[in-house]
Amino acid sequence: MQKFLLQADDLDVLIQVIAREGHRLIGPTLRDGAIVYDDIHSVSDLPRDWTDDQEKGRYRLRKRGDGAYFGYAAGPHSWKQFLQLPRRPVWRAERDANGVQIIAIEEMAPRLAFMGVRSCELHAIAIQDRVFLEGPFRNDDYDKRRQPLLLIAVNCTAPAATCFCTSMNTGPEVTLPADLTMTEVMDGDAHYFLIDAGTGRGEHILKQLPLTPAQARQQALAQKSIQHAAEQMEQGPRSFDSSDVKDLLYRNYESPEWELVADRCLSCANCTMACPTCFCSTVEDTTDLTGENAERWERWDSCFTADFSYITGGAVRADTRSRYRQWMTHKLATWHDQFDSSGCVGCGRCIAWCPVGIDLTEELLRIREMENQ
Amino acid sequence: MVQPARAVAASGEKPRLAVWKFTSCDGCQLSLLDCEDELLQLADRVEIAYFMEASSAPQSGPYDLSLVEGSITTPDEVRRIREVRAQSRTLVTIGACATAGGIQALRNFADVDDFIAAVYAHPEYIETLKTSTPISAHVPVDFELQGCPINKRQLLEVISAFLHRRPPQVPPHSVCIECKLRGNVCVWVAHGTPCLGPVTHAGCGAICPTYTRGCYGCYGPKENPNTASLCHWWQEELGAEKVQVIENLRNFNAAAPVFAEASRRQEGERDQE
Repeated sequence: MQKFLLQADDLDVLIQVIAREGHRLIGPTLRDGAIVYDDIHSVSDLPRDWTDDQEKGRYRLRKRGDGAYFGYAAGPHSWKQFLQLPRRPVWRAERDANGVQIIAIEEMAPRLAFMGVRSCELHAIAIQDRVFLEGPFRNDDYDKRRQPLLLIAVNCTAPAATCFCTSMNTGPEVTLPADLTMTEVMDGDAHYFLIDAGTGRGEHILKQLPLTPAQARQQALAQKSIQHAAEQMEQGPRSFDSSDVKDLLYRNYESPEWELVADRCLSCANCTMACPTCFCSTVEDTTDLTGENAERWERWDSCFTADFSYITGGAVRADTRSRYRQWMTHKLATWHDQFDSSGCVGCGRCIAWCPVGIDLTEELLRIREMENQ
Repeated sequence: MVQPARAVAASGEKPRLAVWKFTSCDGCQLSLLDCEDELLQLADRVEIAYFMEASSAPQSGPYDLSLVEGSITTPDEVRRIREVRAQSRTLVTIGACATAGGIQALRNFADVDDFIAAVYAHPEYIETLKTSTPISAHVPVDFELQGCPINKRQLLEVISAFLHRRPPQVPPHSVCIECKLRGNVCVWVAHGTPCLGPVTHAGCGAICPTYTRGCYGCYGPKENPNTASLCHWWQEELGAEKVQVIENLRNFNAAAPVFAEASRRQEGERDQE
């Protein structure tokens, strides 16, 4: 447990120190009836006293009544939108007397800091790191945003009903390295954060904060609230044993469940857009009217579209059955073979933000039941 | 059905552009005039040979690229679209009327003679068809650009693509993807607002959800739409009345086959209740 104590009244000091260190701070804030990730300039931008009720295809904000700053679960946004941009120019080209000139896009990446990163989200970032930085197809644009990134993790003490990180072994307690790790504690009339640094950069920031040593009782309280979050998820309907999911899905390419889920699935791609690990993108090549200028753009894509699997002659995955199966089997099974981990961190975004409430934990259950019939 | 692109310009001369109007409100043609800066660039690259909204000096065909606005609602239009097709190397339909029959296709769900009798003092002067149909029901179409009205950026993209013999970047996926690319909060999930985004073709940039309204489906069906599942959730979970479901499906793209089938199914269920 973190060794130092920061009073909640001093949270703004942390925010100002991060800004002074030259970072653009991104964190949770209230917008359009949800807690989204956007620029944070002061403590007043944080969603203080707000939490969320989440269920299949449903998300609603609600007041907590205790003034907590980080008392909510994963919302509509994930951090990937700041690291793997939804749209970005890759290069442009001009035609001149010497032929076609390719012009690189020289854009300085902002020095980002993320505040309020949950354990599941640290796992999601680690998964995207493996995809973009460690594989044979390195993504330089991701790399230049990722390198200067400062991570301020906050332990999760308020999981939603859609959360199942305990089943995926990704939370709720922060175990992966972060520059700073915090736990918010509501202790009677007292309100404070336990905080500690995990890197030299974190230490540097920590030194500039008005801290006191944390007492054992305070650390026990923090531990208890994380433990409570874990128990809440383990007792919930979405808790499951994920150890054999890969083999289960490999055995069930022809499960009748794929047909049934396709009846409900809209192939709208919301699940893949909301997912913090889904990394697929496409490139769009365009010219202007003159034909003298061309551009190549990268944009998020989804395995739920026809264009995604389009090759000469048509889309390989023409129907929803094959698209849903592709997504879920990749996320939970073939991902293991490709990247040595599951592609799912149990954040539940795909469940809440599916317009028709398709729940992948429920789909797993059904596939298992049908196999046993 | 989109056919393979054919080469536009046959020689070194400027390609000849024509813009045609059938039954429509002119809004899609106006998107072309609305291009302003790019309009001058366009005039530089093509010969605007026939565009009555912009010039009263029409030139005769043949034309390299014809943009067709409007649906077919009269016997004369049935004849005229064939002439346009015969004069056009490439024919692109623009807008909901030309690609799906438009709002005037509401007549397809009723008896047009009743409308004529109700509206006109002398119905005998009115010569009209019982249905409003898209251009593709009458002649082969090379590319269909959906939207009510079309997006001018997409129109320029399509014209650029045909000029330079490349496929246009007009993805047929859902409006949801546009919302997510913009970082919008989903109005359906977070507010319980019925939204047609999950079955609607992208292209508008998700304008309505960006202003926290549900999508009205102005851009018509996306590829692989699941209207049955959407209608079910609207009614069972979002509390929409059947009449609201039907009204939303019967807007500017009422006669797009997928939307028409869905609204008729809803109507059939209502009649049984």
